[in-house]
Amino acid sequence: MTASTAGPFDTERTRSVRGASWTAFRAMLLRDFTILDKRLPQFVAGTVMQPLMLVFVLTNLFPRIGQAVGGGGGASRFSSLLMAGIVAQTIIFIGIFSVGTEMVRELGVTGEVEDRILAPTPIFVVAAEKIVSGGLQALFGAMVVFPIGAFVPSTPVYLEVRPIVLLTLTPLACVTAAALGLTMGARFSPGTASYLFGVVALPLSFLGAIFYTWPSLDAVPLLQYALLVNPLVYASEGFRAALVAGEPHLSLFVVYPAMIVSAVVFTVLGMRGLRERVLS
Amino acid sequence: MFLVPRLQQTPGWLSRPDISILRPRMHSLPPANISRPGGTVTLASEGESAGNGATPHPGAADVISTTALKKVYPGGMVAVDELSLSVRRGEIFGLLGPNGAGKSTTVGMLTTRVIPTSGSAVVNGIDVVAEPARAKQVIGVVSQANTLDQGLNVWENLYFHGRYFGMSAQASRAATNDLLERFRLADKKTAEVEALSGGMARRLMVARALLHQPAVIFLDEPTVGLDPQSRIALWEVLGELQDEGQTVLVTTHRMEEADEHCDRLAIMDHGRIKAVDTPAGLKARLGGGASVTVRADGEIEKLASQLRRAVFTTEVQVVDGHVRISLPQAEGAMQLVLAAAQAGRFRLTDLAVSCDNLETVFVKLTGKDLRE
Ligand SMILES: Nc1ncnc2c1ncn2[C@@H]1O[C@H](COP(=O)(O)OP(=O)(O)OP(=O)(O)O)[C@@H](O)[C@H]1O
Ligand SMILES: [Mg+2]
Repeated sequence: MTASTAGPFDTERTRSVRGASWTAFRAMLLRDFTILDKRLPQFVAGTVMQPLMLVFVLTNLFPRIGQAVGGGGGASRFSSLLMAGIVAQTIIFIGIFSVGTEMVRELGVTGEVEDRILAPTPIFVVAAEKIVSGGLQALFGAMVVFPIGAFVPSTPVYLEVRPIVLLTLTPLACVTAAALGLTMGARFSPGTASYLFGVVALPLSFLGAIFYTWPSLDAVPLLQYALLVNPLVYASEGFRAALVAGEPHLSLFVVYPAMIVSAVVFTVLGMRGLRERVLS
Repeated sequence: MFLVPRLQQTPGWLSRPDISILRPRMHSLPPANISRPGGTVTLASEGESAGNGATPHPGAADVISTTALKKVYPGGMVAVDELSLSVRRGEIFGLLGPNGAGKSTTVGMLTTRVIPTSGSAVVNGIDVVAEPARAKQVIGVVSQANTLDQGLNVWENLYFHGRYFGMSAQASRAATNDLLERFRLADKKTAEVEALSGGMARRLMVARALLHQPAVIFLDEPTVGLDPQSRIALWEVLGELQDEGQTVLVTTHRMEEADEHCDRLAIMDHGRIKAVDTPAGLKARLGGGASVTVRADGEIEKLASQLRRAVFTTEVQVVDGHVRISLPQAEGAMQLVLAAAQAGRFRLTDLAVSCDNLETVFVKLTGKDLRE
């Protein structure tokens, strides 16, 4: 036994907290991806189904059966703006459902987070790891969903990729999503977790500028400004700026600061929430 | 089948020259059931906590020491009150107490999960409150609930634990395989943890807590919910670990287990320590008596008064047609009663002597009121 053969108060054998945290962080990532790997088919099916159905019905089926969709701009315009919304929604939903429900279960039902809480690292590192691993899952989900938005619609989709915006905004959206999930996961108990969908995810999504652009809400100014509390709005608008040609969107001067603020706020809330749940 | 085999050879993960799980035990223990004359018990008076009693490991350094450790939960519940406690290297230390006594809270504070309101706790020389992240390197924890990682199988539960604690892939793999062998779980390697029986799950949790070779392992009521075989097997494991020099702190409700397996015990109630000593020492000081039950033909009341005169105690009662006597010590109890009966020409039909056990001591210290 390492420590018991050491002298009475020999603490030189302990590693620095920084070094121990870094190895623990990587090991926890490895654990998360081992589990993701085991559940890959379920993860992909769960990620793909909702956007696939949405895109298929709204942008493939509707135009073909002549059902009016997309307002004045026509079906092509709608398919294009929805494409950005779907990517944003997928990212946020993976945050809420993958990270959030997993945390609810681990904290409330099984307590299985304990082994990681007792790893030789501060609790915020455990939270940071969850955010990074959840963020990577969200990124992976976005990449899976992207082709759906681009190729499933029956009408042309007008894409115009702005790489710098895409490459900076995606990580911000992924971190926000995972941190939001962690925050929700720490706040909701197993008994209330079923509200995550109805009370959190549904309004976020329908009021998340996914099926419409934020500027187009000019006609309903009160709602337009109310929507600005929804982080999903900035993600959708940001992806619109990054991916879609010729569609007015919320200025990037608003999108970036808002995304940074939500990433930071939810990261802090998530870290604090986890700490409150596991320490007393 | 539950016997844990001794390691035949030092496995790779233990073969660093300064590390050996097989080194001889540090000090030999006196037989547990012999009350040693030197055994002293420290009784805590109200308002002050007890120090330590006799130790089977004289001179061994403290692995755990707390000073005036206190936890007041939000809402004002004082769960642990000014607790001062030392646990020495290499001992199995038992924390006993009724429900709500503050055992889990104490373990929680020592394992960084509960933040003390005041006081200090040092584990292996590391201040748990000031440096929780570093303290976690030297502790292993087996909590009462099954907290195995459900997403991982049996093997992976151990392997990833090793990785969390900074072991290399190779070292963690080797340690995992060794411990699975040792804890008779090797054939469950690829099983999901949901599929394990309660006993196997508990063994896996103990293995997990040991994997990173902590200075001390904490077990909170480890035998609750286990069948007798699994309980025996678990205590065997703990005994073997102790032979190898492992320090163990265990909480339990089960007096007979504590009596048999712990080197020293602290009896806690209402967040305070009532007494700390070896089981034998506790019984010698606080128990050590016996109760004798006598049945006889003839007038039972006469026998009672005869006995009262003979044993110089008023603790002689007639209950349901027999006489019950409480004596301060078990030694010679039977002779005393027999002599008194013979002198009064009573024909005894039944005579039973039962010695005070740890339960008697426990109830003496903590009262008979129901808790919680
Ligand atoms: N998180 C908490 N918040 C408030 N009070 C708590 C909390 N945890 C424990 N308590 C209270 O503190 C007291 C001590 O609890 P603790 O769990 O330490 O006792 P215990 O000795 O482990 O009891 P048991 O044998 O039932 O496990 C109890 O009265 C309990 O209700
Ligand atoms: Mg308890």
